[in-house]
Amino acid sequence: MIDIAIPLFLVVCGIAVLFVRGLFSSIMIFSVYSLVMAIEWVRLNAVDVAITEAAVGAGISTVLFIIILSRTKYVDEGKHMNIPALLVSVSVAAVLLYGTLDLPNLRDPNIAPNTHVTPYYLEHSYEETGQLNVVAAILASYRGYDTLGETTVVATAGFCLILLLRGSNRRQGTKDSQKRTGSRT
Amino acid sequence: MVNMFELATIIIVLAAVLVLYRAVVGPFVFNRILSVNFLGTKTVVILLLVGFMYDRPDVFIDIAIVYVLINFTAVLAFLKYVESGRLD
Repeated sequence: MIDIAIPLFLVVCGIAVLFVRGLFSSIMIFSVYSLVMAIEWVRLNAVDVAITEAAVGAGISTVLFIIILSRTKYVDEGKHMNIPALLVSVSVAAVLLYGTLDLPNLRDPNIAPNTHVTPYYLEHSYEETGQLNVVAAILASYRGYDTLGETTVVATAGFCLILLLRGSNRRQGTKDSQKRTGSRT
Repeated sequence: MVNMFELATIIIVLAAVLVLYRAVVGPFVFNRILSVNFLGTKTVVILLLVGFMYDRPDVFIDIAIVYVLINFTAVLAFLKYVESGRLD
């Protein structure tokens, strides 16, 4: 019952994000969507993914969306259907759903992910890396170069974001710096 | 027989649907902010009930505290945006 109820609530949240009036309301309902998505990760026993989803989806990206909303101007053009965009979205979703039909049954112990490398990691990760947590051992030790590239990409994105936000701040600052310093002193 | 915790979770999800209706329709922005805060609370309660279903509530209490803090941060950001129109 819960396996039906919570994903259904998730779908309702996603549709509500699209059809609610105003971007600010969409951001608010999107943060609710992220929290419910995090519950679903916990239901699937992926606790670390759930904490990441809650922190990034509901926390940081909500605040970032509000910052973007306060720095930009937008015009509410009302509701109108964009038929080609709708067709592209529906066909991409259909292709992705068709792709999930080829996924193996994860509870089957004989599929490749459960027989190929996972038993090796479970047996040898403590001797080879000295990490107590197998997930941390795979992420930080076995996939060292992979994670290094990932960290570089994320750090570059963070720097770009800081530069963007600071740049707009400085431009506004020169315009009304007189007013601000006058009010402070 | 349906599990007690499962029944409670489904009732809370139904209550959350009503609150989501108010968040979508809600005529004023304060209706929406209150609904989002309320839905965050409901999320934490559902999380704890799932923890009791899995027979390890001690782990899930830690995650629930993280969720409460994150939801609090988001609601603070909403309120500050509504109050002053900017976040910095």
